[in-house]
Amino acid sequence: MKHYLPDPDQIPGEAQPQELPPWGETRVVGRSLSRVDGYELVSGTAVYTLDLTLPDMLHAVIVRCPHAHARVVRVETSRAEAMPGVRAVLTASTPGAEIPWYFGDDGPTSRLFDSHCRYAGEEVAAVAAETVHQAWDAARAIEVEYEVLPFVIDEAEALEADAPAVHEGGNLTEQREFARGDVEAAFAEADVVLGGTFRTPCELHAPLETFVSVARWDGDRLTVWDSTQGVFARQQELARYFRLPLTSVRVICPYVGGGFGAKLSTGKYTVIAALAARMTARPVKLAVTREDSFLSEGNRPANTIRLKAAAMRDGTLTALEGEFLGSVGAYPSGAVSPYLLLALYDCANARAATTEVYTNAGRARAFRAPAFPPCAWALEQTIDALAEEIGMDPVEFRLKNLATVLQLRDDLPYTSIGLRECIIEGAREFGWESARSRPQQDGHLRRGVGMAAGMWAYPGEPRATVFVKLFADGSVNLNMGASDIGTGTKTVMAMVVAEELGVPLEQIQIEHADTGTTQYAPASGGSQTVVVSSPAVRAAAVDVKGQLLEIAAAELERPAEGLVLRDGQVVPIDDEGAAVPLAELRGLRQRQNIVGVGRRHPHPEGKIALPFCAQFADVEVNTLTGEVRVARLLAAHDSGRVMSYLTYENQVFGGMAMGIGFGLTEDRVLDSQTGKMVNHNWHDYKIPTAKDVPLEQTCVPIDPHDTECNTTGAKGLGEPAHIPTAAAIANAVYHATGVRVHDAPITAMQMVRLLAETRGD
Amino acid sequence: MSEDSGKRQDSQRGISRRNFLGTMGAGTLGVAVSGRAAPAQGAVAVASDGTQPVTLRINGRRVDLRVEPRWTLLDVLRDHLELVGTKLGCARGECGACTVLVDGQAQYACMTLALEAEGHEITTVEGLMHGEELGAVQQAFVEEDAFQCGYCTPGQVVAAEGLLRGNPNPDLAEIQEGMSGNLCRCGAYDHIFKAVRRAAQLKQLGTG
Repeated sequence: MKHYLPDPDQIPGEAQPQELPPWGETRVVGRSLSRVDGYELVSGTAVYTLDLTLPDMLHAVIVRCPHAHARVVRVETSRAEAMPGVRAVLTASTPGAEIPWYFGDDGPTSRLFDSHCRYAGEEVAAVAAETVHQAWDAARAIEVEYEVLPFVIDEAEALEADAPAVHEGGNLTEQREFARGDVEAAFAEADVVLGGTFRTPCELHAPLETFVSVARWDGDRLTVWDSTQGVFARQQELARYFRLPLTSVRVICPYVGGGFGAKLSTGKYTVIAALAARMTARPVKLAVTREDSFLSEGNRPANTIRLKAAAMRDGTLTALEGEFLGSVGAYPSGAVSPYLLLALYDCANARAATTEVYTNAGRARAFRAPAFPPCAWALEQTIDALAEEIGMDPVEFRLKNLATVLQLRDDLPYTSIGLRECIIEGAREFGWESARSRPQQDGHLRRGVGMAAGMWAYPGEPRATVFVKLFADGSVNLNMGASDIGTGTKTVMAMVVAEELGVPLEQIQIEHADTGTTQYAPASGGSQTVVVSSPAVRAAAVDVKGQLLEIAAAELERPAEGLVLRDGQVVPIDDEGAAVPLAELRGLRQRQNIVGVGRRHPHPEGKIALPFCAQFADVEVNTLTGEVRVARLLAAHDSGRVMSYLTYENQVFGGMAMGIGFGLTEDRVLDSQTGKMVNHNWHDYKIPTAKDVPLEQTCVPIDPHDTECNTTGAKGLGEPAHIPTAAAIANAVYHATGVRVHDAPITAMQMVRLLAETRGD
Repeated sequence: MSEDSGKRQDSQRGISRRNFLGTMGAGTLGVAVSGRAAPAQGAVAVASDGTQPVTLRINGRRVDLRVEPRWTLLDVLRDHLELVGTKLGCARGECGACTVLVDGQAQYACMTLALEAEGHEITTVEGLMHGEELGAVQQAFVEEDAFQCGYCTPGQVVAAEGLLRGNPNPDLAEIQEGMSGNLCRCGAYDHIFKAVRRAAQLKQLGTG
């Protein structure tokens, strides 16, 4: 998680531990209710950052380096500056543009416009003009002279002594080792030892709304509308770049059109927009084009994972060893993680070594469970192979070796672990045993089923403050900093308020994701949003409830403990006929507002709350064409309480759809001759379409009724939904064909080749 | 048999990535035949700012404006008419976020020049509303939670509308085919399929 999300253990805490008792039966939470913002989303009235036009606004575009590695010798802008509509041209030598650039917390490693361009797509200059067409016309008129340098795009080659240096100091960014037990002895004593080298592709986020910011200055105050997953993170970074107090930077994002991790950290385009706005004293919008976004706005790096594993004939997993290699791209980031290898199964002897390097390619960013799907791809195929080798069913083998504590952190106990139920219930609902033994061949088609397990590692950054305001008529305003990145955050939080205050959803208005008017919440990433913010929302609602019942108790002359809130009324438990609508409470009318404040409680001491999952795939392989069709998918998830079944299921299916892309089609291709990306568009970089997802999908929630994780009992869902899908598909492909596919994606071309090799053609 | 083949044809009224080029070809031809006859086109005065006059019919209203020949229908809708319900995703006919109805048929607005759109009836997501009330497809998308981030949603809604106008009762395979020209990176496809079926029901019931 380094480089992506704050370490929750490093957050200074002084908030009170959780005080609220867990919910019993819930009336609203857990139901399938329509989204509170559904109307805006389907009517077209939701205004995303890319839709925004401010009065007098200019449009900016970025000129990018076309070479994988080059030095900027000269930038000639005079022709562009004289073109119609052009109001500013920015280059490295523009006064105010000498901004040091940070990637993570390790100090500046670049500049806003770095004359040393380390990948094809790096920012060299920018133009702001009256229209976007004029800006592009001028951008094309900027002449840049480059000294083209030798480049390296292959991770292994980057480590060779004579490799071109992406940065002074060499291409090795980090090496780490982890070990427990005696791996050598375990391998020597094991009944079965096997392994292999697995590769996963570089995957691109490709959110439907591109990367875009609109910046406006009012004197020394900067307002940025940004397509972001976290307004407070963006505010902090912009304040640092422009040396402003936090209060002078306001970041707003009512709707974000997808992010998947790519919109957590600040992109250069945002700072360029703000800089151009300051130079021109006009608002400036900068939208990265679709093609450019593929080059410069993040990716999940390719991984090479060499795994070795050992087991005894009785089905005991005795040793795991992994070597991980990945490239962070041209600038600091994260590339690989052995977490899953070291945590998912009970294994006394385990060892991992990771190597991360720089290459002349776009920088990696957090991407839905950073580094976990690649590790699952290697680990879960290896576990599948081990089970077969000892003659045990893969479901049974996994059940025999489940971890019950977090071995990575000195056997830290979990607040709850529903992985066993995920596997058992999932297998049952999927019809695992009968599917596993049905006829596999139908002419040139082969059917097979496979499964894979997973877990996610981030417990959340436990700090958020939420206001809930009750109006005199009993309607409510919920004020929270969290972003809704499409997971239904607003809806789920409104349901929490409705649960506590008995107010219908349509009477709850939400203000969110605005640093000027809402309170701090961590960015929506790492599957932490519900985990972190829903307890704060609940606390704020309970605060309002306490004040309201105090007023009601006085007016109704009954003890507050004997009153409940339901359907917009105060209801005496033992005399429901004496219920009073909130709007008729004199005390409430007198105050007009009741404001409740809720803060997120710290994580439980000595335990950790994490989500688990198991997914099952049913595939059909065409042995003539090599095409793999996913016929059926099932996901069983322990993400704690199901806050809203509709959004829960939707997110699980979405994670699996993305897993189909990771497993079968998605692959950033860099040209070995030029170092340039050749498929930077949706035609050549294939993300799943409606025709690539199975018509039969099942979501099986497993709720362990966790009363310790937090005061709503929910654990994260977004990342785990994506982690094991591709591995489950690969295991199903193996079951169907007997071909173990080590390299993702399983393209038709690769499949045909492997099938031919197996036949001995 | 004839009924079957009729259905199949109708189901292709939605854009798929596979038949997109064919659709575009037909669209271009349609424009050439239907009004902007070649000599007249050559005679149109291009102003010193490079713009030409054009008359469009959008959501039942006539709009007169001047456009540069390179402006797409999407540019005009979003940047000049502020109809931002139609989304910009790729600007190159790959994602379907900009899907509009052209004479009732789903089409990518980013691959349609504004000048080409003259003489055709354009319907955007805003045009599917009945005042402040949601249309049937929109209502169905809300009921089935057929979105996540919502950015591709207007395009999906319009594509579904186009599909249902051509084929009021599509089966699941026809829905999958008909919706395959619209990408959803959040992967809400399963719920989108359910919403299209629900919308077909709502339309038959005459609600929305």
